[in-house]
Amino acid sequence: MSSPSVVSTKPSTGERAAAFVVKWGFVAVTVALILFFVITEPSFRTVDNIFGMLKFIAPTAIAGLGVMLAMTVGGIDLSVGASAGFAVSIAAWTMVIANQVGGVAVSVVLVCGLLIGALNAFLIVVARIPDLLATLTTMFVIVGLKLIIVDGKSISSQMTLSNGTTAPGKFTADFLWLDRGSVGPIPVPVIIFLVVTVLLWFLLERTRWGRALFAVGTNSEAARLSGIRVQWYRTAAYMGCGLLASVAGLLLAARIGQGDVSAGNSLLLDAVAVALVGVSVLGIGRPNAWGTALGAVLIAVMVTGFTMLGLPYYAQDFGKGIVLLVALLFSFTFSRRRTVVTAGSTTSSS
Amino acid sequence: MTSLPTTPVEGHDVTVVSLVGVSVAYGSNVVLTDVGLDFRAGEITALLGANGAGKSTLIKALSGANSRYSGEIRIRGEAVHLGSPVQARQLGISAVHQKVADGIVPGLSVAENLTLDDLAQASRHPLRNRRAALADARAALATLGLDWPDAVLSQDAARLAISDAQLLVLARALRTTPQLLILDEPTSALTAAEAERLFDVLRALRASGLSIIYVSHRFGEIEALADRVVVLRDGVVQSTSERPFEWHGILHDMLGRATALDHDRGETHRGTAEAATLDGVRLFPESAPVDLAIRSGEVLGILGLIGAGKTEIAELLGGLATPLAGSLTLQGRAYAPRRPGDAIAAKVVLVPEDRQRQGILPGWSVLRNITLPFLRESSVAGLVRRRFERSRADSVIDTLSVVASGPDASIDDLSGGNQQKVVVGRWLSAGPALAILDEPFRGVDIAARREIGQRLAALAADGAAAVVLSSDVDEIFEVADRIVVLVGGQIELDRYADEVDRSTVIGAFLGQSHGASAGATASAGATPSAAAPLAPAAAPASAAAPPSALTAPASSHPTPAPDPERPSNV
Repeated sequence: MSSPSVVSTKPSTGERAAAFVVKWGFVAVTVALILFFVITEPSFRTVDNIFGMLKFIAPTAIAGLGVMLAMTVGGIDLSVGASAGFAVSIAAWTMVIANQVGGVAVSVVLVCGLLIGALNAFLIVVARIPDLLATLTTMFVIVGLKLIIVDGKSISSQMTLSNGTTAPGKFTADFLWLDRGSVGPIPVPVIIFLVVTVLLWFLLERTRWGRALFAVGTNSEAARLSGIRVQWYRTAAYMGCGLLASVAGLLLAARIGQGDVSAGNSLLLDAVAVALVGVSVLGIGRPNAWGTALGAVLIAVMVTGFTMLGLPYYAQDFGKGIVLLVALLFSFTFSRRRTVVTAGSTTSSS
Repeated sequence: MTSLPTTPVEGHDVTVVSLVGVSVAYGSNVVLTDVGLDFRAGEITALLGANGAGKSTLIKALSGANSRYSGEIRIRGEAVHLGSPVQARQLGISAVHQKVADGIVPGLSVAENLTLDDLAQASRHPLRNRRAALADARAALATLGLDWPDAVLSQDAARLAISDAQLLVLARALRTTPQLLILDEPTSALTAAEAERLFDVLRALRASGLSIIYVSHRFGEIEALADRVVVLRDGVVQSTSERPFEWHGILHDMLGRATALDHDRGETHRGTAEAATLDGVRLFPESAPVDLAIRSGEVLGILGLIGAGKTEIAELLGGLATPLAGSLTLQGRAYAPRRPGDAIAAKVVLVPEDRQRQGILPGWSVLRNITLPFLRESSVAGLVRRRFERSRADSVIDTLSVVASGPDASIDDLSGGNQQKVVVGRWLSAGPALAILDEPFRGVDIAARREIGQRLAALAADGAAAVVLSSDVDEIFEVADRIVVLVGGQIELDRYADEVDRSTVIGAFLGQSHGASAGATASAGATPSAAAPLAPAAAPASAAAPPSALTAPASSHPTPAPDPERPSNV
């Protein structure tokens, strides 16, 4: 006595082909791109280059994973670039001006990242400002605060302070190890990138907390009625995002070796792009860790390849734009399944 | 108060608009079937129906908001196609929708809001000046006999009181001098006095020859205002009745289902142990406290219309709200859940009313939809145990015969009835001590309803308590061992299913027993006895204070009840 209900019929060949393209299209493009550069550019295929590429993209990828985390609860974080930039200056200030060791700098920066995340969460969860606007505001506030703290200047070792004396501290070796160190052949930033990816994948796909984060992002009312503390999970997601943005900032600071005030400026767009590409990669249709990592790798391959081909730097942005456009077409236009990303709406229930 | 310019009456009883065989289907789901109705000039037609009966679908078709109807709509005998609300207005059908706020553009002045249609028409007055707008606005208000000063006309419309906003929207609807005016629950946000003012306006409009469709759940208003009542149920016109209204029959048409679908649910079980109690709980700020005992081993059916307090009971027990007064107990101990998680931890589960909004997670698999509330239980140290989840999902799919390709099928691919089975099965899957189901059969076919009913009976047989909240008499008779009728936050009847018959239950719906105890002063001399509980219309029509008066504002019947400020059931 089954009820006369309609269950979806078997997909047609065309539908299956489309599903295949949606699922593997991005992987295929990445592989094709790699092959193309491997064939045309001999220097591309060296191990150094591969790790160099991954190291280069690590900060973007980690910030992108942060944005991805905010997306799981149906939100977005536009302050990741500013947070990373803030981290760069704060790390430099702690070591150079306050004359502290690298470990202290790292701790201070991570705490700052959590606080920025908590500020975002407060604005979104308690003050009920839409996430897009709240994090945009935070972005301005953080950038401004950073410039006030460092007097608008880049902080470098042995710089002359406004009272005429020389700055007491310098970027310590243990801090610079974050960029220059390696475990075996693998550079430290690449290890951090991988570890963060695996941890997030594990959190989101294997634990009940991950399930709850997605539930909040999919239908927050149903999640609430299922006993999930929706506001806690929102808060946790934004704090996690702030933390990851500051980790990205630490890697940038170690790479640059000084507190460049303009560091992190370009990170926001790349991070958001990577997270959005991550949604469509593998046809998953929702924020996910491996997709985001793969999106970052794709962009790294493209940028490296473009550079080797001698294309001007401004061609990179064009390339990234096209990648993002294709990703969005896959997510929203070609995918049969409903995409669960609702960037810019805290009360998402699609 | 209002002096209305009487437009020439072209003779009452002229049919203005007729529907001939109008049907509407959303996909394979037919929501309106072969509706044939005539609306005459100078007549107020009340449209009644429970939730999902097709009222709003009918209104949408008539007002041009949904052009995908089949059948014919004729205006003064001429077949027309209503493709858009603007077109409908031009042809003489204006609608005022339920949410007044949706009809007001905040930030624009009162005058601009009154003349909003002009803004939408690019060709007219490309440059508008303030004075012309004010003049137009004054003219629009004059149709209602209103004379608002310029200071009011120039202020932000968002600052108007809700009743004035209602009048604004009404005046705007009348600007195009419609022949048919549709009002969807126009008094839901008004006080009794404001509603009274609106009724005066509507009576004057009727006198001027306008045909009005009046949608409301409030029988008092309909008794006071309408010339005839049309009842919709399941998309079909059940009955059309003229004055004097026979409310018992009307309510039966509205709530009853064809007897062919009745089925014998067998023995009535009587629970013994108290699973939960409501002690002196106020369901609404102004209602009297309620005591209710929910017993294990039986299915309790709580019957009530919108605003009766059903959802309030569900929210109290489910941890979504805290009682205004009084307290709850669970298994003999004080029970004060502060959030849904507390209720779930206490093995109290709530199947919410709105499946789409509160129940399912779109895009998720059936399995993940089922296990969401019990993640803590299905995981060890935070790690989700997949095998546990799968067996949970399989057992839900089995016991409720969910038609799906498997636990990994997307919930989106299931029919509405099967989605509902998944949601119900989800909440019953962890062996609750108390399960509350708020309108669990809405949009669900008969087979699914039976399966859910059987599942509830099994749950009760295992010693749990189940509560089904519904506005449908037949649903309640089908699933419940014990029936409680709720009217206006008060319990009107509490009996076991084998002790009452349908008409007694419907009588309780009408507030008879309560009228005997509290409303006796109002219903001059009518002291209904338990033996003859069902003669609402038998009382002289002038005794007014019509049935239920769920939230009836002051009765404004030609011969008003002694105390018009006082709803009959308080």
